[in-house]
Amino acid sequence: MLLIHCPYCEETLPELEFAYAGEAHIARPADPSALSDEEWRDFLFIRTNARGPHFERWRHIHGCAQFFNAVRDTVSDRFLMTYKAGAPRPDLSPKEDAE
Amino acid sequence: MTTQKHDFSAALQIEELAPSARLSLRVRPQHRAQLARALGLDLPVRIGDRTAADGREALCLGPDEWLILAPEASALTAAAAAIYATAPHSLTEISDREITLRLSGASVLDLLATGCPRDIAALAEGRGCRTVFDSATVTIWRDGPTAFRMDVWRSFLPHVRNLMALAEAELAAGL
Ligand SMILES: [Zn+2]
Repeated sequence: MLLIHCPYCEETLPELEFAYAGEAHIARPADPSALSDEEWRDFLFIRTNARGPHFERWRHIHGCAQFFNAVRDTVSDRFLMTYKAGAPRPDLSPKEDAE
Repeated sequence: MTTQKHDFSAALQIEELAPSARLSLRVRPQHRAQLARALGLDLPVRIGDRTAADGREALCLGPDEWLILAPEASALTAAAAAIYATAPHSLTEISDREITLRLSGASVLDLLATGCPRDIAALAEGRGCRTVFDSATVTIWRDGPTAFRMDVWRSFLPHVRNLMALAEAELAAGL
């Protein structure tokens, strides 16, 4: 079982207490009606599908109930870090340069 | 209701407690102290920490969420309503949502381990947490080394009690 560090509880807890909630840092467009169909499609459906570090949302649903963000390596399934919702996307530049 | 008393009852006791008032408080951090003064109850900021005063108890469940137990709800809701204009919040009575079990005895950690993926033994005495037992969200209060309370949503209670009865029988059989 994966162990996930909740940045609000400040504890590392079993995956069964958490729910996955999709890719992180996807902002809802401020004025949806100004978007073209293609832009709206991209917002709704087009995701990174990363091989390697993936920025994703999790919710500590059986716990503090908060949403937070995590960076998980989709190859190894290792959690690289977690951080609070609203915090900026962490810089992983050495890894991104390797792409 | 209490479980049937068998000769292994000293190792594990599961009892349903009488109903008491239960409230859910949501308030932003900047208004927490104001609410605490109005309720006459310190509201701890660390998730899992508890406070108690005058028969009332508070457990911090999240950065802006507290569970409050009290003999009755109306005094608390009235005190909070009086400061609503300067300290906006949500204080909702949820007394009927859950049934509280008292779990105690030497085997209680083994019982909890059958349903909780979290290491309940690591929960310090006097703290609490919201977690999961099998598939049901529960709130656990650790009152002593082998004394716990568990709040279970009432519709999940038969499921939780059935699993506990099974675990109790297995523990009694030495499995
Ligand atoms: Zn948490």
